[in-house]
Amino acid sequence: MKLLPITLIAIGAAALPGWAFAATDGDPQKGKEAAVVCVACHQADGTGKNNPNGESWPQLAGLDAAYLAKQLSDYKSGQRENATMKPFANMLSEQQVADVAAYYSQLTPSQGQGGENADEATLARGEMLAQRGDWADYIVSCKSCHGPGNQGAGEAFPGIAGQHAGYIEAQLKAWQAGTRKNDPQDLMGTIARRMSDEDIRAVAAWLSTQPPQSN
Amino acid sequence: MKPTFAITALAGSLLLAGGVAANERTEDYLNTLTELGYPAPKENQLVHIPPTMQDLEASDMHPELKRVIRRGYDLFTDTQQLRGENVFNNMNCSSCHLGEGRMPFSAPVWPAAVTLPNFRGKNGHVNNLEERIAGCFTYSMNGKPPEYGSDNMLALAAYHQWLAKGVEMYPEKPIYGRGFPAPERPEELSYANGEKLYQEQCAVCHSENGEGLQVDGKTVFPAPWGDGSNNWGAGIVRVFTAAGFIKNNMPLGQPLSLSDQEAWDIAYYISNQERPQDPRYTGDVKETLEKYGPTFHKHSLYGQASEATGETLGDHDNTGEKDFLKPDTVRPRTFE
Ligand code: HEC
Ligand code: HEC
Ligand code: HEC
Ligand code: HEC
Repeated sequence: MKLLPITLIAIGAAALPGWAFAATDGDPQKGKEAAVVCVACHQADGTGKNNPNGESWPQLAGLDAAYLAKQLSDYKSGQRENATMKPFANMLSEQQVADVAAYYSQLTPSQGQGGENADEATLARGEMLAQRGDWADYIVSCKSCHGPGNQGAGEAFPGIAGQHAGYIEAQLKAWQAGTRKNDPQDLMGTIARRMSDEDIRAVAAWLSTQPPQSN
Repeated sequence: MKPTFAITALAGSLLLAGGVAANERTEDYLNTLTELGYPAPKENQLVHIPPTMQDLEASDMHPELKRVIRRGYDLFTDTQQLRGENVFNNMNCSSCHLGEGRMPFSAPVWPAAVTLPNFRGKNGHVNNLEERIAGCFTYSMNGKPPEYGSDNMLALAAYHQWLAKGVEMYPEKPIYGRGFPAPERPEELSYANGEKLYQEQCAVCHSENGEGLQVDGKTVFPAPWGDGSNNWGAGIVRVFTAAGFIKNNMPLGQPLSLSDQEAWDIAYYISNQERPQDPRYTGDVKETLEKYGPTFHKHSLYGQASEATGETLGDHDNTGEKDFLKPDTVRPRTFE
């Protein structure tokens, strides 16, 4: 059966929808070279670090290359704001953005930190939000967008399982505050704004204890 | 912060099942729903917010019963575990019945447990809960229902029935949030506008060509049309049902964000695409249309020229992934 109308193919090729990032092919080897300035924070193996008393450095290892490239471009353009990250994103050419994205996407992620000391009730609440949502507040489960095991779905929905709790918390709060608003169609912002501080803490703690995607 | 919904004012007229806990839960949901723009219950409506899986664990029902209800829940939210056996597309029951089949305005499934057995126009005889569930397997899942009385069928029915806990049988009041209430149909429907809106607001998840997204063989985003979708006999092929579903539930997390016109235009766009054959197909699309037009297809685009391709919609033998047309549950009953 022919399901795809020709017009759709034409549209897809002519103009990329807003969420699709026109990715250049990246060279992981060149990316590794360009990433020498990144290791101070994101670590040599790309697994980042949870910093309980300061800004956490996200784990980049194993994230989707197109997602990573979009984030770096968004820092460069000011679509995504962060004072720490902006100067480093600005150092990269468009080609280097593609290269480092390709490089980090190939690294093996390790277990996130920051959820080790969470109590059972907090983890149970976090698991519920991530796996089933809380429809009393119209909080759709994280996994319905972030995919099975919250390990990511396509290039638009990054893996969040095994990410550092401090970073997850910071991002959800950034969406609430309106300082992160580079998500397609406000899809993430809508959900984040329905969450309480306790919800955010709980889901961040639980997700950090889950296995990250292993490519 | 949330405005508190004036539930006390309504308490006299609402039929609330299950005591104080259910009362609080209902209040929470109604606050959220009205804040999102859903209508508040009317004076004469029956309001029921089903129990949650935590309520199940906390209850003192027989452990075996709990286990079976849990199994029903698991089948409802991960129906893909029956792929190739009972399910032949990418859907889970919860792909259309959001919030585990519990949400008002997302065709919550519990009403079937308290309004059936009853006569159904779609098949012209009296149906019970199992037959209603079998209907969604046959059409929405493009599948073959589990045997009546089988473990899986019983578990699914038990889940539906437990969701209805505390509601009277054959209620006379109309049910708040039942089905996918359609917004008013605008005068003109625009295929072009529907296509544009779909690509802008839906394709990020359901993909440009409607095939959705699967990751590691699990459905993340179901397919609104094509081989992985429901077949031509499913309720959602009626344009008004699709418009009602979309308006009240999509984009995911942002219900009621589309105007009535937009919801209808997108529904019309989707309705112009192909999908697996109606299991009631007689071998001829015109004849099938004549037979099932009056009760069903007068609301769909089945048998009409597609605005996408110009070809007659449903004029094919494609049954999708399954190798049969009609499961043997699709048959008349006479009670004679
Ligand atoms: C001084 C510490 C520091 C250095 C050096 C640094 N980063 Fe970052 N990076 C951060 C922090 C902090 C964030 C989170 C910022 C936020 O909240 O938006 C971040 C976020 C990111 C993100 C977004 C991740 C996501 O999951 O969305 C990417 C991609 C990234 N950095 C890549 C790089 C690259 C490539 C380099 C080197 C060219 C680099 N970073 C250097 C601290 C640093
Ligand atoms: C309706 C879809 C949707 C749902 C539901 C959803 N998210 Fe997201 N989320 C997104 C999108 C889209 C992005 C990527 C944003 C971008 O491209 O910048 C994202 C990004 C994120 C990020 C940033 C990841 C990174 O590496 O920077 C975190 C953290 C996150 N989501 C957490 C959650 C949590 C926790 C939940 C459940 C409570 C959740 N999300 C539910 C759509 C969703
Ligand atoms: C493709 C979308 C879709 C899928 C998937 C789906 N359904 Fe449905 N379901 C519908 C529609 C449409 C209706 C009719 C709603 C209305 O009344 O307008 C419905 C109605 C029902 C009802 C009757 C509700 C009432 O108010 O009486 C039950 C019970 C039900 N479905 C169960 C299931 C089960 C069990 C599954 C999985 C095996 C399932 N559905 C899968 C679309 C779907
Ligand atoms: C953020 C991702 C996302 C966006 C954007 C989105 N949907 Fe969905 N949609 C879903 C998910 C997920 C489901 C299944 C519900 C579940 O599994 O929780 C679904 C279910 C559906 C269904 C019923 C099942 C099927 O595939 O037929 C239809 C129809 C649908 N969406 C149409 C739309 C339309 C039209 C839009 C745009 C107005 C849209 N969706 C936008 C994620 C999305």
